[in-house]
Amino acid sequence: MIARALLLILWLPVQAAAQGFAGLGTDADGFAVPTPNPVFDFPKDHGAHPDYRIEWWYLTANLTGPDGTAYGIQWTLFRSALAPETREGWSDPQVWFAHAAVTTPDSHLVAERIARGGIGQAGVTVEPFAVWIDDWQMAGPSFDEVRLTARGQAFAYDLGLQAKGPLVFHGEGGFSVKSAQGQASYYYSQPFYEVTGTLTLPTGDVAVTGSAWLDREWSSQPLADTQSGWDWFSLSFDSGDKLMGFLLREDDSMSFSSATWIAPDGTTTAYPDGAFTAKPMTWHKVAGREVPTEWAVQLRDKGIDVTVTALNPDAWMAVSIPYWEGPVTVQGSHNGRGYLELTGYE
Amino acid sequence: MIPTALTALLSHWRCNGLQFFAMIAGLALATALWSGVQAINAEARASYDAAAATLGEGQFDQLLPRTGDVIDQSTYIELRRAGWQVSPVLEGRLRTEAGSVRLVGLDPLTAPGTIAPVGMQEDANFDDFLTRGVLFAASDVAESLAATVTQRVIVDPSIAPGVALSDIGVAQTLLSAERTLSRLIIASAQPIGLPALSEVAPSLVRQPAQDTGADRLTDSFHLNLTAFGLLSFAVGIFIVHGTISLAFEQRRSMVRTLRALGVPINLLIAMMISELIAFALIAGGIGVAIGYVIAAALLPNVAATLQGLYGASVAGTLELRPEWWLSGMAIAVLGTGLAAAGALWKIAQMPLLASARPRAWAVASGGTAWRLGAIAALLFVVGIGIAIWGQGLTLAFALLACVLIGAALILPLVLHGAVGFANQRARAAMWQWFWADTRQQVPGMSLALMALLLATAANVGVSTMVSSFRVTFVDFLDQRLAPELFIRVEDEALSLELEAILLTQAREVLPLLSTETEIAGVPTDLFGVRVGPTYRENWLFLEETPNVWDRVEDGRAVVVSEQLARRADLWTGDRLVIAPNLMLPIAAIVADYGNPLGQALISEAVFHELYPDLVPMSFGVRSDDPTALRDRLTTEYGVPETAITDQSRIKAFSLGVFERTFTVTGALNILTLAVAAFAILMSLLTLASIRVPQLAPAWALGLTRRKLGQLELIRAVVLAMVTTLLAIPLGLMLAWVLLSYVNVEAFGWKLPMYLFPGHYALLTLFALLAAAFAALWPAIRLARTPPSNLLKVFANDR
Amino acid sequence: MVLTVKAVTKSFPAADGDVPVLRGVSLSLDRGETLALTGESGSGKSTLLHLIGGLDRVDSGSITVGGREITKMNDTERAALRRSDVGVIFQQFNLIPSITVEANIAFQARLAGGFDADQAGRLSKALGLTEHLNKYPEALSGGQQQRVAIARTLTARPKLVLADEPTGNLDEATASEVLGQMLRLVRETGAALLIVTHSQSVARRMSRRVNLSQGHVV
Repeated sequence: MIARALLLILWLPVQAAAQGFAGLGTDADGFAVPTPNPVFDFPKDHGAHPDYRIEWWYLTANLTGPDGTAYGIQWTLFRSALAPETREGWSDPQVWFAHAAVTTPDSHLVAERIARGGIGQAGVTVEPFAVWIDDWQMAGPSFDEVRLTARGQAFAYDLGLQAKGPLVFHGEGGFSVKSAQGQASYYYSQPFYEVTGTLTLPTGDVAVTGSAWLDREWSSQPLADTQSGWDWFSLSFDSGDKLMGFLLREDDSMSFSSATWIAPDGTTTAYPDGAFTAKPMTWHKVAGREVPTEWAVQLRDKGIDVTVTALNPDAWMAVSIPYWEGPVTVQGSHNGRGYLELTGYE
Repeated sequence: MIPTALTALLSHWRCNGLQFFAMIAGLALATALWSGVQAINAEARASYDAAAATLGEGQFDQLLPRTGDVIDQSTYIELRRAGWQVSPVLEGRLRTEAGSVRLVGLDPLTAPGTIAPVGMQEDANFDDFLTRGVLFAASDVAESLAATVTQRVIVDPSIAPGVALSDIGVAQTLLSAERTLSRLIIASAQPIGLPALSEVAPSLVRQPAQDTGADRLTDSFHLNLTAFGLLSFAVGIFIVHGTISLAFEQRRSMVRTLRALGVPINLLIAMMISELIAFALIAGGIGVAIGYVIAAALLPNVAATLQGLYGASVAGTLELRPEWWLSGMAIAVLGTGLAAAGALWKIAQMPLLASARPRAWAVASGGTAWRLGAIAALLFVVGIGIAIWGQGLTLAFALLACVLIGAALILPLVLHGAVGFANQRARAAMWQWFWADTRQQVPGMSLALMALLLATAANVGVSTMVSSFRVTFVDFLDQRLAPELFIRVEDEALSLELEAILLTQAREVLPLLSTETEIAGVPTDLFGVRVGPTYRENWLFLEETPNVWDRVEDGRAVVVSEQLARRADLWTGDRLVIAPNLMLPIAAIVADYGNPLGQALISEAVFHELYPDLVPMSFGVRSDDPTALRDRLTTEYGVPETAITDQSRIKAFSLGVFERTFTVTGALNILTLAVAAFAILMSLLTLASIRVPQLAPAWALGLTRRKLGQLELIRAVVLAMVTTLLAIPLGLMLAWVLLSYVNVEAFGWKLPMYLFPGHYALLTLFALLAAAFAALWPAIRLARTPPSNLLKVFANDR
Repeated sequence: MVLTVKAVTKSFPAADGDVPVLRGVSLSLDRGETLALTGESGSGKSTLLHLIGGLDRVDSGSITVGGREITKMNDTERAALRRSDVGVIFQQFNLIPSITVEANIAFQARLAGGFDADQAGRLSKALGLTEHLNKYPEALSGGQQQRVAIARTLTARPKLVLADEPTGNLDEATASEVLGQMLRLVRETGAALLIVTHSQSVARRMSRRVNLSQGHVV
């Protein structure tokens, strides 16, 4: 999920604090940096951490209509701090922005919102749980039971989410290392949401059901400055097992990989660099560039050898900092579905 | 072989430094002219965009408080939380030592793109703008602000006079208006399924986008300036053509010798083309640089303009954009190619045996003049044909091309005729010789004089067009923005009350009564007007009958817009059905530049009979002191600040923009004349050596060298005079084609043309001065020619 | 034979139809020979010289220079022939005005790729040009300019030298002197010389003489 961090670095005139070691309490600009062996405090940690530079609530869902048609939705709220503090009013240095999308097999609809903290236009509360920007929100009595809404010029959705499993912590208990030099973030997920609700498309309303995966991540020094982009996979197999894996592409065509295997009961196995592999198979031209929309993915330890294919290869997020994000189908040693995110393809 | 031949070819320039300078300088000047005009064009564009942005808070719908002039910030949050894409604006007066400044606070994160110019300026990053506070203002305002506020003030000349721009939060602090807003801008794109505004924010009213019509006028202005940009390039091409054909003429003997010595003609041509391309690139580079300097020196508010022009984003430094370079270089190379094609063709076709004696810079000897005249006549016939039967923008430009090229080609014939006529009239021997000699000079100077012709015509055309445009625009503004203040009511019930107040306070009150209807099958805005001095004094008509306003006031006539009249195929005197039981004669036609809707004006009384339920929701108010009236209305009568628009300020700003453009077109005049003068200078200098054998006999027969010099000067002025006299009608024709033909084809309406004889006289004077100035040095050189040079002519052994 | 001309015809277009200038001219010239081509104005003698130099094309007939038929050559081949095998001297404007006398003398040999500085030096000395080598042509008198043209032509060691009224622009004494120098040097190099002239005194100094009249050899 660190790709989002990349977006943020491009988006705001902040220097990525690419320190080659972890463990210091703060970086040069006074932001806190993640340290190993985190102790999370819920529900407080579902809320914002304004002393970290960047943070997100990143939700993707694979959905099915009454006729069996596959859909995907994305709902993402980013927090980006210009300074490690909050202030009342317009001078609040916390900037919020959000992306929403609906993907169908033949269309991809996108909307974007930007707002400032401090005035109530965007923000987070913990109890009851609510994350919002304008009228887009993810809110409910608790983190485990939320209603998710967003709308753009040509689409809207209104979905109910119910968590059916525990939170999942990536890396070492939620301390997720992003490079050989030690860049890291705090990273946990709720991959067990069950979804029912309605999509409003230009062709009319569609009742949908399915599953959603929420990623929570925050950091201040996410990428090494040699890392150029990111390929991120969240896959749910028909067996009930799930796999999160990512490749951080290095400038010299090497890459850093990391993965978490999630059993149906939520127990996790974290894999270090190299265990998870993903190789592009088909490249697709979208928005004037080539992106790989079909992948060969392997995790030998779990006997995973699958082909991951985009539901709609044109799932281009034409927002301020554009990237590719869309639902995928999984076939091979295991079948299933999931989400794919590709960034840094120029 | 190639190095040897190339050395010989290039050695020509070493020995003819002046010619080399003429060619490089001519090319560079042509490129500079092109670049400079592009810059001026872009400046005009930028100015109008700034004007349009200021005129038109117009482009977006807005939400205003129904009562009072304050919106609580929570209303903004409620709207956003309901999904409405609105952006907050806070306005207020900030006291500074030098007076008060209107401070406008915006939120760059939510403002629709075109409204927030401050978004991403390099020297004030987002972070600064949002959290530390930065103000933007034009230089005078910036100065007075700097002493008052602690925030950084950045000079940005694109911001309207008397206004400063900042982040909304900074504005709230500076204006001590925490948690309040003045109005909300509604983005044009909104998400689906929004709740009604009246539910979310019942205390606000939606004010639709306003259209002053100014941008439609400026579209036409841009097109015309572009046409003149091309024309100035044509002037440049003539000069390049002149210098290049001269250089080629003078190398004829060398070409013959080289060929006789066995250099293949193809190789020679290839070498000459490479040589030309190299020169074109060098000269083009110099030209772009000169154009850049010209733009920087002549344009007012250089920093901002150049920022726009070159995409530079660091204040105070100028950066040439790659496109700028490329277009300049391309023009130089293409222009050289165009100019050299003929010369190269001649070289390729030149029989080896043709006389190797270099000829003068001859374009049009007697026979050629007639041939060119015949081509010109043909072009004129084609032009007349296009004018009568042609339609479409392309043909309109073809017409322009016919007129211009035709005029340039007929010039040698006209000069021959004029000089021949003078020759017949001359009695004194010296003058007979003078005229005969002048006639001999005509071919050699034709190209330079053609350049002068086009330059002067362009100047006459530009000033006519710009002045006509200015007169029209000022009239239009006077007409549409005559009332100093505009005041809106949001509630019908308050209309009568406001009108009563206004009547006691203002010189004249003009209720704005209008409805959209269909007249003669044309969608039309029908206005009910209260006829008074404002209408009688400010409205100009394209066509009118006697006592227009008296008859409108009495309900006996209607005034319609040009669009309505043209589309309904009716004109003054015709009767127009306004409503099922109302038919009125058209008393006058009024211009309404580019409005897609028709317009019809009837009296307030007649309007009330037709639409008894319609109440005026806004009033125009005439006042000698709009500021005082505004203050009175807001303080004593509680009229919200945001309900009042100060039109006099808008008008003053747009007129200011025009003045800027005017100065800038003055620069264009100077530039083109300078180039034409350069062409004359160069042709005279190069003719000088060839002319020695012609002058030597006159000298031998008793004319002093001083006298010869004087005569040279007079000759240049006489030729320039004839050329200029031809240029004035040509320039007027040019303006006419652009205003009444190209404009109609491009926009569907005619821009009236006004004549400015004083200005033309001045231009003529400038043109003659330019010619005299150009001839001065060659004349002095002639007067100082050593007698031995003249004697050489008589020596047998050349 | 250095030069063979066989049945060459040439006419030029004019307002009232083509005007025949050469109506079947044949002649030949051997190594070391000097030939005067005479005839009144318009007899076609300059035209014939230009045709032989490959400066123009025949209508019919053939011209062979150094064993190669130039009437079958294209422009490039003829240009190459002019560089290496033929030298042409005109009445005036022979020189490139923008380079020095020395460079002019070396010019043709350099073009042909066979410049011999000693040869150039000898010729300059023989023609009395040594002190003018660094001057530009315009600083030279007409006679001196023609001497430079001769030096340039002979430095390139052509098989055939063509001269079109080379002394026509010079006064009598200078003309005689220049002509003498030219004949002597041509003989030394062993080239053949064809000279077009209307001057009887010039013609008399050649080994052979051909008179053209109305396009025919008479």
